[in-house]
Amino acid sequence: MKLATFPGGIHPEYNKDISIREPLRVGAVPHTLVVPLSQHIGAPNQAVVKKGDIVEEGQVIGKSDSFVSSPVHSPVYGKVSDIKKAFHPVLGQTMSIFIEHDKEKEPKVYAPRDVMDMTAAEIIEKVHDAGLVGMGGAAFPTHVKLNVPQGKEIETLIINGAECEPYLTCDHALMTRCTEEILKGLKLLIKVINPKNVYIAIEINKKSAIFAFEKLIGKTSDPEISKIRIVPLGTKYPQGGEKQLIKAISGKEVPPGKLPLDIGFLIQNVGTVYAVYEAVYMDKPLIERIVTITGDCLYRPGNYLIKVGVTLKEILDNYGLELHRKPEKIIFGGPMMGIAQPDLEAPVIKSTSGILLLSEQKARSFEEGQCIKCAKCADVCPVRLVPTEIMKNVKKGFMDKAEGLCVLDCMECGSCAYICPARIPLVQYLKEGKAYVMKMKRGK
Amino acid sequence: MKKLTLTVSPHIHSPMDTRSMMKAVIVSLIPAVAASLFFYRWNALFVTLSCIAGCVSTEYALQKLRRKKVAIRDLSAILTGVLLAMVLPPATPLWMSFLGGVFAIALGKEVFGGLGHNIFNPALLARAFLMAAFPVTLTTWSNPFSVDAMTTATPLGIAKFEHVATSWVPLMLGNIGGCIGETSAIALVAGGLYLLYIKVVDYRIPVAYIGTVGLFSTVTHLVAPGSYVGPVFHLLAGGLLLGAFFMATDPVTSPVTAKGRWIFGIGCGLITMIIRLWGGLPEGVMYSILLMNAVTPLIDRFARPRRFGVTHGK
Repeated sequence: MKLATFPGGIHPEYNKDISIREPLRVGAVPHTLVVPLSQHIGAPNQAVVKKGDIVEEGQVIGKSDSFVSSPVHSPVYGKVSDIKKAFHPVLGQTMSIFIEHDKEKEPKVYAPRDVMDMTAAEIIEKVHDAGLVGMGGAAFPTHVKLNVPQGKEIETLIINGAECEPYLTCDHALMTRCTEEILKGLKLLIKVINPKNVYIAIEINKKSAIFAFEKLIGKTSDPEISKIRIVPLGTKYPQGGEKQLIKAISGKEVPPGKLPLDIGFLIQNVGTVYAVYEAVYMDKPLIERIVTITGDCLYRPGNYLIKVGVTLKEILDNYGLELHRKPEKIIFGGPMMGIAQPDLEAPVIKSTSGILLLSEQKARSFEEGQCIKCAKCADVCPVRLVPTEIMKNVKKGFMDKAEGLCVLDCMECGSCAYICPARIPLVQYLKEGKAYVMKMKRGK
Repeated sequence: MKKLTLTVSPHIHSPMDTRSMMKAVIVSLIPAVAASLFFYRWNALFVTLSCIAGCVSTEYALQKLRRKKVAIRDLSAILTGVLLAMVLPPATPLWMSFLGGVFAIALGKEVFGGLGHNIFNPALLARAFLMAAFPVTLTTWSNPFSVDAMTTATPLGIAKFEHVATSWVPLMLGNIGGCIGETSAIALVAGGLYLLYIKVVDYRIPVAYIGTVGLFSTVTHLVAPGSYVGPVFHLLAGGLLLGAFFMATDPVTSPVTAKGRWIFGIGCGLITMIIRLWGGLPEGVMYSILLMNAVTPLIDRFARPRRFGVTHGK
């Protein structure tokens, strides 16, 4: 059978099996949690608690009146010990709330309830109130995505279980363990969106996840569930990109500068769908998530259920992670698009899919060489750019030429820089060009 | 704790770097070099070594002179030397081979700014220079196994001037007159397929080039079988296979766009056949590639891939 996929892309070294075999472990909750006030793309939140306040688990501690924003909740019962600037794994420094966890207090118990008569508007409101953001890494507020503008119609809903980043297995772990809950969350989305087609797209290297869904869908009597189709995808990076998913499944291409919604598609990460289930059925805000802790420094890489606000230092000190090599580089996210951390201050946030500890041997950095025009970057670019030409123009400062070469279409997946035999950080040059061109456009 | 390393994404890289690509091409030429040693004995070896010596010493000297980092380690100069030897007659004097190597690097590569900046394939440019400077030596061919004894014509020369096609068996094996590296079709195809398999070269240029020559020679042979020999001969004779797999595919001097590589290969094929059938020379591979090198920037400009999400016409 020919698997659905897109043209271009790369096949990095396979490193998923090292973390998927281990059982899901629940991470210990430390004494102090550092919860960044903003964990989404959009308007920043303001603190709604003050130093010294006692907060309940799940209580809103930061929010904004802006539409494109998502509230932040306290992950534990405890006391607000400080509100100050602290390290954020993506944004650098941001305002954060320090919470001292009260270990005496029993953790809150969430029980599912009947939500069948909820309206679409009520579901969206719940999704907003629970602070849901896209959990694949982009952290776009979910309720904004679900608010389909007047006149637009979503024909196809795609649940993104591709998980194409090498090393990461958090979505795989979730799909095999919480299959039923994901389908329940999906039903809620179907109610909100009312799409014609519903797909769950999973790379073929996650056979157990594909099987788990197919088994449940096969024996259901629910007509809405039975029309969901599982699409096995070819294993290729960046298969989980929204535009690549749409291309693989429908053959359609999202025009430059447009959103999937403009051609009738909506994509939700599988982790987000599970969070929708928790938010609506159990009234549980997004205060914890599955994080893949992996890399070549650990004896037992695996998946952990970790509260938002737990810092890297706490994880390394108190999670019983036995290291057999000293980590040279620590990355939040996957190896292709993740962000290297300067120290151990960074806390887990809503969009943290993985923590990657790489030894000196794996974290080698390279000197930038001479481009030999081998064209591998152009061959792998999933949006058909010619990165080497853009790079040369950005280097010379010819930003209008870079714009003419469609630098703004770059999705920053890093495939070009991965494949470059001269080790030129192509994606960085393209990012630089993008930023400059955007500034130029705003100036006009 | 020591500071963690901070670098930009991506944090992993393909195992293939520039040096390993160059190495792979050198390795892929081993069958052809071995065949040349078999047919032309020590001559082939000495010519090859003096070409390499000319290239490497020139690169070293010029990089020192320009106070640049010496980049011999990237193996590109050695590769240029091997490729140059492949396109020289086995009886080329050693000083001439060495001079060719010097020319290849000095005027074929470093003068443009070094690796990645040259417009023309350095080995072919050097051969064009030697051809202009020493035309008699460059068109004097030895019989296999007996370099010094007598001279012979190449199969393409025989085909052009006597309208006799050499049978495909000696062409396949390589016991014919010709340049050091272009005699044995089997050895060249083996190396070429290896390069395609490990994805060091893209299939488009060799397929377009060889396909165009095959199609062109089939049509002309069908139209006038008396004047034009058939496709099997044209595919196996002369420098076509060497050129299509190892010269035209030189990344630096061929297009970066996929569509451009098709155009490039087809262009090479057409020029080769025009020279072979109607030109004054028996062979046209070298000139076809050099001429297409010259238009590569132009091809790249007009053969940009279709923008993602935009259907044609916009």
